Amino acid sequence: MSTQVAYRDAPFQLRGSTFTMMVLKVSDPRNPNFFPVLSGKIAQAPNFFRHAPVVLDLDDLPAGVPFDFESFVKLLRNLGLIAVGLQGGTKEQQDAALAVGLALLQAPRGKVEMFDPLAGTGRSPAQGLANVQAQPQQPAQAPAAPVILEPPPPPRASMLVTEPIRSGRQIYAAGCDLIVVGPVSPGAELLADGSIHVYGTLRGRALAGVSGDQNARIFCQSLEAELVSIAGLYRVSEDMDKDIRRRQVQIYLNNGFLHIDPVSA
Amino acid sequence: MAKIITMTSGKGGVGKTTSSAAVGTGLALRGFKTCIIDFDVGLRNLDLIMGCERRVVFDFINVINGEARLNQALIKDKRVENLYILPTSQTRDKDALTPAGVGKILDELKKEFDYIICDSPAGIEKGALMALYWADHAIVVTNPEVSSVRDSDRILGVIQAKSRRAEQGLEPVQEHLLVTRYDVERVEKGEMLKVDDVLEILAIPLLGIIPESPAVLKASNVGMPVVLDDKSTAGQAYADAVGRFLGEKIEHRFIKPEKKGLLDRLLRRTA
Repeated sequence: MSTQVAYRDAPFQLRGSTFTMMVLKVSDPRNPNFFPVLSGKIAQAPNFFRHAPVVLDLDDLPAGVPFDFESFVKLLRNLGLIAVGLQGGTKEQQDAALAVGLALLQAPRGKVEMFDPLAGTGRSPAQGLANVQAQPQQPAQAPAAPVILEPPPPPRASMLVTEPIRSGRQIYAAGCDLIVVGPVSPGAELLADGSIHVYGTLRGRALAGVSGDQNARIFCQSLEAELVSIAGLYRVSEDMDKDIRRRQVQIYLNNGFLHIDPVSA
Repeated sequence: MAKIITMTSGKGGVGKTTSSAAVGTGLALRGFKTCIIDFDVGLRNLDLIMGCERRVVFDFINVINGEARLNQALIKDKRVENLYILPTSQTRDKDALTPAGVGKILDELKKEFDYIICDSPAGIEKGALMALYWADHAIVVTNPEVSSVRDSDRILGVIQAKSRRAEQGLEPVQEHLLVTRYDVERVEKGEMLKVDDVLEILAIPLLGIIPESPAVLKASNVGMPVVLDDKSTAGQAYADAVGRFLGEKIEHRFIKPEKKGLLDRLLRRTA
């Protein structure tokens, strides 16, 4: 009893949680171009990489090549990346990593290396929206901030949901399209890195291309959405034309403008 | 100096959000810069009652999480000058409210606003605790029936124990009672508690009595704070309550049955 009370009164909560992080595979740290090239990569999408946690992987480092964790971590930090751990490695590497405050992480089984730039920054998908200048009145004039990153996206599958999406539910199709067969209630939120298809009435929010894919589109059978967004450019229902409401539409980006067009049946 | 007013009740469905919208709008009509915050994370309704649900982009939780700036999430009312709404998230739950995050936002709002109204969720759990912690004033909304009164009594105890002012030994939170859905005829018939019975149990100053009125439901459904309906008894009663909150001496209205005219009495007799 007393331990239970003590537990309930504890000044903290300890919980497990899952994060997607970028892994930096280092094969030749002594290459003089190492940091300049990395810096160039980061410059392509500074928002995605800012303060991003990074896991180091030295498996490709030839045996016998020394690796100075302390200075390497410092140099990463200068680029805005935060080294948080070491994946795998030899006993010596692990000891050295622990000495500079890095955590030891088990290498995932199998070769799963999906490049997910948004999750890599440790942010929620909704922040894809937050990164963009909010200009609801002239959404089309908002700068096209999201940058398409170089590594090609993995082959797209899709996520299929066949029940009504109730208010308050949030569904995120990571790295793929989202297909909903059924109505989406007000207060529900659909997020997808790819396109969103709703075979039903869309009354909640739909955010497609949340990782920056400007080719993503939203399709629905009846548009009564609270908000629609593609690659961070959004429009709230109040700013939508009356003549497209309750119609079957597709929503897409063209030259930095968000278009909502009726789809003739 | 900005004042934080928490609209609370313990029990659900007694009219907290309606009252937050009405009192907040009433204060703004009097020229005070007012912000109403929805603390009912996951069951948001303030945006509907205020009729701004079609303009919500970012919310309270986005600001707490640093995903949006405060002025991106604040929605300016289109009807009343000086009135702003901070909607909450529908997809998250009360755990998204962190003491540090809420405190920081309230501090920021205090620099700009005269009054900040925290529309509390029902219950005495995290959401309600977050809404009442920073309160300078608490308006306890009660219906004239026993379960609502008991829950109000409970929430008054929570305010006296768990608010910041209680914790830090400051001057206690100023408590005000708002009796809503008061149906004079049913009170006369003994089907509802009298205001005096409620006051005897709760023993806090009476801010107002809002009569049961079809105007309230109508106003909610069209997204207009009922205080803007100055033809309705409920709207007038809320305006009176705002005046009393600001220290004006206003007599309570709508607590006696309307005198029936001769015609009414004749009709009733024949009916």
